[in-house]
Formats: sequence, structure tokens, C-alpha cells
Amino acid sequence: MLLNQFLILSAFLFCTGIYGALSRKNAVLVLMSIELILNAVNINLVAFGAFKNTPVGQVFALFVVAIAAAEVGVGLAIVLIIYRNRRSIDITSVDSMKG
Amino acid sequence: MIAENIAFGFVALAMVVGAVRVVTTKNVVHAALWLVLVLSGVAAIFILLAAEFIAVVQVLVYIGAIIVLFLFGIMLTRAPIGHDAGLDNDQRWAGLVVALLMFGVLASVLAKQFGRVHVNASNVQRTADVANSVFTTFVVPFEVVSVVLLAALVGAVVIARRD
Repeated sequence: MLLNQFLILSAFLFCTGIYGALSRKNAVLVLMSIELILNAVNINLVAFGAFKNTPVGQVFALFVVAIAAAEVGVGLAIVLIIYRNRRSIDITSVDSMKG
Repeated sequence: MIAENIAFGFVALAMVVGAVRVVTTKNVVHAALWLVLVLSGVAAIFILLAAEFIAVVQVLVYIGAIIVLFLFGIMLTRAPIGHDAGLDNDQRWAGLVVALLMFGVLASVLAKQFGRVHVNASNVQRTADVANSVFTTFVVPFEVVSVVLLAALVGAVVIARRD
């Protein structure tokens, strides 16, 4: 297997996640796009770990999974409190800090 | 070798379709279910790279926990279950340009740098090697991650609590 096939697939997932995070209005969908980005990073880490014949890539991927779990927990709590205060999770309308 | 490439092709095709559907579908619940397809594909890619422990962790943590959290978030925010036209904002075309440009740059750089480099799937990193690495070289980051998880748990409860 070529190393590049994993890296290009991961780059595609990353760019899809970037597009979703930029173009979605629903805050939960933005969080899902961020999960796509984190998974793309994980594929890269594990592929380079297999390429360099070292377990460090898998260790870093484990850390990324743990941080992603923490991020989703806090992110969904923030989305819930936005919903409770504004009755909507449209993040284009959360602009009270805009000048 | 050829069987691995065929398996990779199927998995990659499913992941590409799933990822595009996650960011384009008009239904929030369907987006979560397409995300399940992408996450299972990532687990299959880990299996192809002989990283079985991280593949199992991917299934347990992502498909088992994070998708359930997403579905809870969708239900608790009472997002319309069904067709909803207003999920994209008006920066959609700018976002598409940014994503395509970034993919072009990344793909050309990767093709130039790692053109014909092969992954030797026979040099397997066993789970015991991963565990040794976690508990020797990376023991301090491991403890820090556990504190981060505790802080995130407490923080989520504090933020979402009704008072």
C-alpha cells in the first residue's frame, strides 16, 4: 500500500470538515465537521506510525481521541446553554460580540 | 497486497461519500448517521494499517459515545427532525473555495513529497508496544489527559446545569 493513499484520503476528510465548519449554520453540525477534521488527523498519525515502524503514532492518536471526547462534551454543553438562552442554535445569530 | 488495495478502495469510497453527505445533507439526524459510516471507515483504515487497538477504541469512543452525545444534543435542542432547508449559511461558496484550494495544495504537496513511498503493513505495532510507550515515554502526557478529561466532565456539568 502506498503511504500517499492514506494521506490523500485524510486530506480529503480534513477539507470536507473545513467546508462543513465554515458553511453550516446549526451548531451541532459544526461540531460534527470538527470530528471529521480530528479523524483525518488520526489517520495521518497512524499511517505515519506504520510507515516509520513506531508505536508513537498510535499513542498520539489515542490522545487525540481522548481530547476529542472532552471537546464534544464541553461543546455540546455550550450548545445546550446557547439553546436555553436564545431558543435557537443558529450560530450566525450568535453575534452579540460583533462590533 | 492487492486484496489490501481493493479493501482500501471500498472503504475510501464509502468514507468519501459519507463525509460529503455529512456536510451537505439537509437532515440533522441523517448527518449523524452518515458520520457513523465515516467513523467506521476510519476504524477499518486503522485495521488495514494493523493498528487494532486504536481501531477498537475508535469504535467504542466515537461510534459508541460521541455519536450518542450528538444524537442527545440534536434531541435536546429540538432541531427539526426531517427536511430542513436552512442548515447552510451564506458563506457556503466561500467555504467551498477555501476547502477546494486547501485540498489542491495538500494533494500536490503530498504527491510531490511521498510519491512512491510504500507502507510496509508487515511491521505490526502490537498493542503491547503501544502500552509500553504510553506507560514509559508518555506517562506524564497520559496523566495530564486524564486530568483534562476530568476537567471537561466537571466543566460540562457546570455549564449545562440549570440553576
